[in-house]
Amino acid sequence: MGRSKLINLISDYLGMALALAVLIIIFSLSTEHFFSIITFRTIANQIPAAIIIATGMTYILVIAGIDLSVGSVLGLCSAVLGVSLAHLQWPLWAGLAGALGVGLACGVFNGLVSVLWGLPSFIVTLGMLEIARGGAHWVTHSQTQYIGSAIEPVAATAVGGLSLPFLVAVVIVVVGQLVLVRTVFGRYLVAIGTNEEAVRLSGIDPRPIKLAAFALSGLLVAIAAIIDTARFQSANPNAGTGFELEAIAAVVIGGTSLMGGRGSVVSSFFGVLIIAVLNTGLASIGVRDETKRIITGLVIVAAVIVDQYRHRWPWKRGK
Amino acid sequence: MDASGQGKLLVVTGLEKSYSAKVLSEVDLSIGAGEVHALVGENGAGKSTLAGIVAGLVKPDGGHMNLNGRPYAPRNRRDAESSGIRLVMQELNLIGNLTLAESLFFDRLPHRLGWINYNRLNEQARPLLDQVGLGELDPTRLVSSLGVGQQQLIEIAVGLSRRCDLLILDEPTAALTDPEIDRLFAQIVRLKANGVGMIYISHRLEEVQRVADRISVLRDGQLVFTRRPSETSLEEIVRWMVGRELGSVVRQRPARSGGAVALRVRGLRAGPAVQDVSFEARYGEILGFAGLMGSGRTETMRALYGADRREAGQIFLRGSDVPAKIRTPSDAVRRGLALLTENRKEQGLLLPMAVRANISLSHLGSISRWGGWVQTAVEQAVALRWIQNLRIRCASAEQPAVELSGGNQQKVVIAKWLCRDCEVMIFDEPTRGIDVGAKFEVYRLLADLADKGKAIIIVSSDLKELMASCDRIAVMSAGRLAAVFDRGEWSQDAIMAAALSGYGVNL
Ligand SMILES: Nc1ncnc2c1ncn2[C@@H]1O[C@H](COP(=O)(O)OP(=O)(O)OP(=O)(O)O)[C@@H](O)[C@H]1O
Ligand SMILES: [Mg+2]
Repeated sequence: MGRSKLINLISDYLGMALALAVLIIIFSLSTEHFFSIITFRTIANQIPAAIIIATGMTYILVIAGIDLSVGSVLGLCSAVLGVSLAHLQWPLWAGLAGALGVGLACGVFNGLVSVLWGLPSFIVTLGMLEIARGGAHWVTHSQTQYIGSAIEPVAATAVGGLSLPFLVAVVIVVVGQLVLVRTVFGRYLVAIGTNEEAVRLSGIDPRPIKLAAFALSGLLVAIAAIIDTARFQSANPNAGTGFELEAIAAVVIGGTSLMGGRGSVVSSFFGVLIIAVLNTGLASIGVRDETKRIITGLVIVAAVIVDQYRHRWPWKRGK
Repeated sequence: MDASGQGKLLVVTGLEKSYSAKVLSEVDLSIGAGEVHALVGENGAGKSTLAGIVAGLVKPDGGHMNLNGRPYAPRNRRDAESSGIRLVMQELNLIGNLTLAESLFFDRLPHRLGWINYNRLNEQARPLLDQVGLGELDPTRLVSSLGVGQQQLIEIAVGLSRRCDLLILDEPTAALTDPEIDRLFAQIVRLKANGVGMIYISHRLEEVQRVADRISVLRDGQLVFTRRPSETSLEEIVRWMVGRELGSVVRQRPARSGGAVALRVRGLRAGPAVQDVSFEARYGEILGFAGLMGSGRTETMRALYGADRREAGQIFLRGSDVPAKIRTPSDAVRRGLALLTENRKEQGLLLPMAVRANISLSHLGSISRWGGWVQTAVEQAVALRWIQNLRIRCASAEQPAVELSGGNQQKVVIAKWLCRDCEVMIFDEPTRGIDVGAKFEVYRLLADLADKGKAIIIVSSDLKELMASCDRIAVMSAGRLAAVFDRGEWSQDAIMAAALSGYGVNL
């Protein structure tokens, strides 16, 4: 039992790890600049926010929803943090609490509206995408807020050579994965994504569960916003533009289905890594930006095609 | 027609198929023109797989087929259909958002330059609906508004309406009541006279004996027995199916008087299908619900369970005088009222998920600790216990439900509800697609639950089953409760008369 479980676990992530390794090898062979501590430190610095957002997005995709508002909500949370620290001179904890509260509120709004009126989350979060971006510009008067050292503790703290944001991201991935596969809440999420009507008729109210997923996504976006704001020590009202598509891409590369019912936070983590390595790698071998985007797009499509085949295997596998 | 296979419509020899385990081995079968060849066997014996191979849905691993003396190896369903072979599948496959007429003519919609001619379409649909006794339904109604039995009839109508040489019916009557079965048999006789051969799969052995020219038994993927109905008996067929004596299929329930009132429904109204229904169910009794298809039994149960909106009516639980607030199924379950829905595929199962996860869905809370950490060992143990109790045939508890045979899927949804402890349990068509041995088992379990003091309500299209296993039978007709019989008071004729009473003289 323990053994076959382990084999299953490895085989689940083997493909992703392999793809990542192949990318790293290719880039290392093509340029000597790539395989260095600096590259990996750069990547480790860049990705915590993306990882955290992708974790929330995984939950949303598992229930066959989508959250298009994550980028804008990140911008809004960041703006609130920036204004409260730079302009209103709030203490750090109050600014952080404000940002978390705003993120949570946005998530709850997304969840409540789509659950109460039975609307597709695509539409609701598309609305939130505009609302939050508008809100970000409104609170900042479209001015970047320079915070400076007030937020330094968030980014500068390091444990064992790893930055606090990176550790937070890893903890969120691990806890997120455990919640998804080992808790009642996680099981309900997967079940709702598989057949919501069957869940409802089994005497489980899917509405609070879906609401919780959106609320969680909002909260995670706020954490990501804090991390990104600390990284730049400033809050730009345009922060996070396009993050939603990046997050969805990462999650889908990880094999989470857009149709719901199937997903893994750890795989999404790998998805983020693959995109980050691809971006950094292409940049370090001097590929132009437009070419980079074309290649990234092709990789996303290719990953989904490969995933189609991967998920035919278990049908034959049996036990 | 002779035994060597000359002059036969379809001859199958040495058919093999394996998934993780062997499903069919060395199956030989022949069907003559105008012959009805019945196929019976336990759940998971391989009947649907065999049907699927003949109809081009499943690729065999070995063996070959001859159609009208020529080799036949369909690449897909379309291929089989153009060779004149049609299959009416066990699972419902209609698209809910289409109208009845669109479903009936899905692959040949009358059109001009791509624009569908709806007048003609609906015109053409009427006689087809009439043929299966759905003549009074509006062809522009949506499929999703029909119950399982009616959807089944639509599927049958599609099968009957196309010209074909061989028609395969996989459990066509699992959700039909007697009048509809009679109508179907009339159609079968008509097709027979036209020389159409048929493979007829069913778990209702009496009807198999009535309609079949030959009966074959599949057991663990092997064809073990073929006889004419006149040369064999029910008991012998069952013995070949399960390999042991079963006695009477459903044990007669000893007479008993129920306890206190567990559920009282007053003046329930919901849509056109439920008009003013009142009844009560007692602790310790099994209350059956009989009635024709579309009489509102399913809708009544769904409405009182909170699955559909109620327009009026009150529900009292545990003898209380205060009406229970049941607005959603989760309200109902929290108050000790459970409903097993009739459509397992759409309303019961998480098809791609493991059998284990399907069984535990309704009671995850009680097998978790620290506010939501699932104890997987307990979950596994519970699943294995039910797999054993109901003899669910699966490779392991981790096998996705979608890979199970129809009857075994039904057992999974039954298990899901049996391990959630509710005081009032409603089962809508609990034995749909379940084999004789397992039916016996299910009814024994339900009787045990009643003996333990629970109130059990069974909705079934099979009147004989109801009469054998219930303490009282309520009969619905045209959305109203027509009569309630106590054990000993009822007869098949009296129940049928009550079932027809609401429809006036025109039926
Ligand atoms: N896609 C699949 N993958 C793995 N096993 C399968 C698959 N399809 C069918 N099986 C297995 O093949 C066996 C036979 O299934 P089949 O559907 O033919 O049974 P059946 O005789 O029609 O049963 P029922 O009376 O319950 O409908 C079952 O044990 C089932 O689990
Ligand atoms: Mg079958």
